Amino acid sequence: MEMVNIKINGRDYSVPADSKIIDAARIAKIEIPTLCYLKGINEIGACRLCLVEVKGARGLMAACVTGVTEGMEIFTNTPKVREMRKTNLELVLSTHKKECLSCIRSQSCELQKLCRDLGVTEEDRFAGKNVEYPKDESTAFLVRDNDKCILCRRCVAACKNMQGIGVIDALNRGFDTHIGSAFEQPLAATSCVSCGQCIVACPVGALYEKDDTDKVWEALNDPTKHVAICTAPSIRATIGECFGYEPGTDTEGKMVAAIKRLGFDGVYDMNLTADLTIMEEATEFLERMKTGKNLPLITSCSPGWIKFCEHYFPEFTDNLSTCKSPQQMFGAMYKTYYAKKRGIDPADIVFVSAIPCTAKKFEVRRPGESAAGEGIYDVDYAITTRELARMIEKAGINYRELDDEKFDEPFDIGSGAGAIFGATGGVMEAALRTAAEVILGKKLEKVDFEDVRGTAPIKTATYKLGDTEVRVAVASGTKNARELLNKVKSGELKVDFIEIMACPGGCVNGGGQPVQSAAVKAAVDLKAKRASILYNADKHLAVRKSHENLAVQKIYDEYLEKPGSHLAHEILHTYYIKRGL
Amino acid sequence: MKKKLTTVVFEDTPEKADKLAALISEYKDVEGSLMPVLQGAQDIYGYLPIEVQKKIAEGLGLSLSEVYGAVSFYSQFALNPKGKVAVSVCLGTACYVKGSGKLHEKCMEITGIGAGDISPDGRFSYEATRCIGACGLAPVMTVNGDVYGRITPSDVEGIIKKYL
Repeated sequence: MEMVNIKINGRDYSVPADSKIIDAARIAKIEIPTLCYLKGINEIGACRLCLVEVKGARGLMAACVTGVTEGMEIFTNTPKVREMRKTNLELVLSTHKKECLSCIRSQSCELQKLCRDLGVTEEDRFAGKNVEYPKDESTAFLVRDNDKCILCRRCVAACKNMQGIGVIDALNRGFDTHIGSAFEQPLAATSCVSCGQCIVACPVGALYEKDDTDKVWEALNDPTKHVAICTAPSIRATIGECFGYEPGTDTEGKMVAAIKRLGFDGVYDMNLTADLTIMEEATEFLERMKTGKNLPLITSCSPGWIKFCEHYFPEFTDNLSTCKSPQQMFGAMYKTYYAKKRGIDPADIVFVSAIPCTAKKFEVRRPGESAAGEGIYDVDYAITTRELARMIEKAGINYRELDDEKFDEPFDIGSGAGAIFGATGGVMEAALRTAAEVILGKKLEKVDFEDVRGTAPIKTATYKLGDTEVRVAVASGTKNARELLNKVKSGELKVDFIEIMACPGGCVNGGGQPVQSAAVKAAVDLKAKRASILYNADKHLAVRKSHENLAVQKIYDEYLEKPGSHLAHEILHTYYIKRGL
Repeated sequence: MKKKLTTVVFEDTPEKADKLAALISEYKDVEGSLMPVLQGAQDIYGYLPIEVQKKIAEGLGLSLSEVYGAVSFYSQFALNPKGKVAVSVCLGTACYVKGSGKLHEKCMEITGIGAGDISPDGRFSYEATRCIGACGLAPVMTVNGDVYGRITPSDVEGIIKKYL
């Protein structure tokens, strides 16, 4: 790597030649304040908080867009820099609705932290006319409160540059500038896929998930209801971050212990229905390979991806696996098989899922997701990792001090294949482990399919299983999904099986996951760190294949008969809608 | 100023649609071509309704929000068609000092619509403009491009009536 020599605050550093000043400063252990900056996604120099002095330059320079040069002398902490940053911050504050005490982002707000860091003592220094917009609460998954928006455009960049969608943009100009959709349409009227990446990009409380925790509390307080919850594969890898743990800390045992203290009648592991999904999906794949119909098969676990496909690639909806997602399978099995077994009226069950995803809030009210009967939703409420953490906080539970506990029987066992569902490539690998053993008719010596692992945007591999060649592709992030599907459409890429997840890196980086600041995102590879927990769990589990999961086998023995049976189709499969734009 | 959305039904003709299609295909693969396409489309239709913006977005491979973001940013782009009687009053500094604020109110009263609006029947449109470069005649209003200078609010009704 080519390096250049620079000075930061009088000290010498050698930094990569392609660094921006902000990256170079990080090497010098200095975090330059930012609001609009999102590394690699939004580098536009708009908020003017990252100003630094550069010797010989005429004015102050924006550190997020200015590259380093040999011999550059940078000053990040002069009176002039401090004064300018503070003034610019106070100007940003002038139109921000300062409701810090009741704001959902209180204590995780980047604006709030900057006010403390930069020593703002007068929050209304530039008091004047303020903006007033109605909240956009048109969707099931998201709230936009433009009164708190600071126009950093990180959400616009996440939607347009990262996800390749662009249903929001800056509208009008000057004082009337605000973020919204074309012709001021509510978000629900657009082709938004509900991934929630705008939420985790937002530095303030202008964007947040629609909170369903009150409904869950209400159910928990209702003695006539049987209230159960299952947790998605990826949230054990992230929820610790809400309680001060470093990204990449596995707190599964504490998470289970905490949820059990909230009063649920059952706390279960969604890894189990991830395995169930594989049983159905692998069967479906082998069937389609036999008939050659509707290939390539494309996975259906990610509801943001499903909505993306329905809007932008309706010609591929027949290729989608008809399998419900693990969340929906869990609710469906609980309200049919388990309700029958325990003699509970499914109408009295409130089934909750804890998920890394805002799109799952949309998914729970899709048509075709009511296995126990009309009006009885498979899943009543889907709450994000953040909402679950807020419930635990509200209950006054000292998360960090809890001893590990285990999920409840009989839905407590997940295989390693189920565990890795939360990362890009995980569903593919899980499916291959099962499909390969069926094709080969014997046990695999090595269950690791490493080519499909990792956070690369698109991964492809070809596996030779006996006489059968299986060509697979994996994409995460809808922008990459678009690229992959266009290649499939044009015939440039020939594949049999595709896994797509709507969020870059998969569920570990979902729109419902703990929000980390732009500074943390620039310094830490969140996707890889969080995913490593899942792969580590897989490595140490005795059972690493879905079809060897005894709990899954029992479900088929007692109820569903065999994968792809008539009953399995009724309960575990769904259908899609060609939405178009 | 915030742009107002139209309530008038979009009327297309095959000739106009062909012109727009030709314009889009001319600029299809040119980078930074949104502005010239928007300008050309406004020349064809007189304004940029959602139907036209959708075609542009699709043709240039942009999102509709991005197209609308640009249209709503620049004051030269219109979201409303012009009415059969297109009235405007200059609110530039010279005209304003000479009392065009009162003309502005009178025009809104007579046309029954606000600045930037078109009446639902398409009869009137009204616009409050910045300086139109006729400061010597201040205060100034225009109707369908005709300039009327040194007028008072009591003249407004008579002027508009000429066009009905």
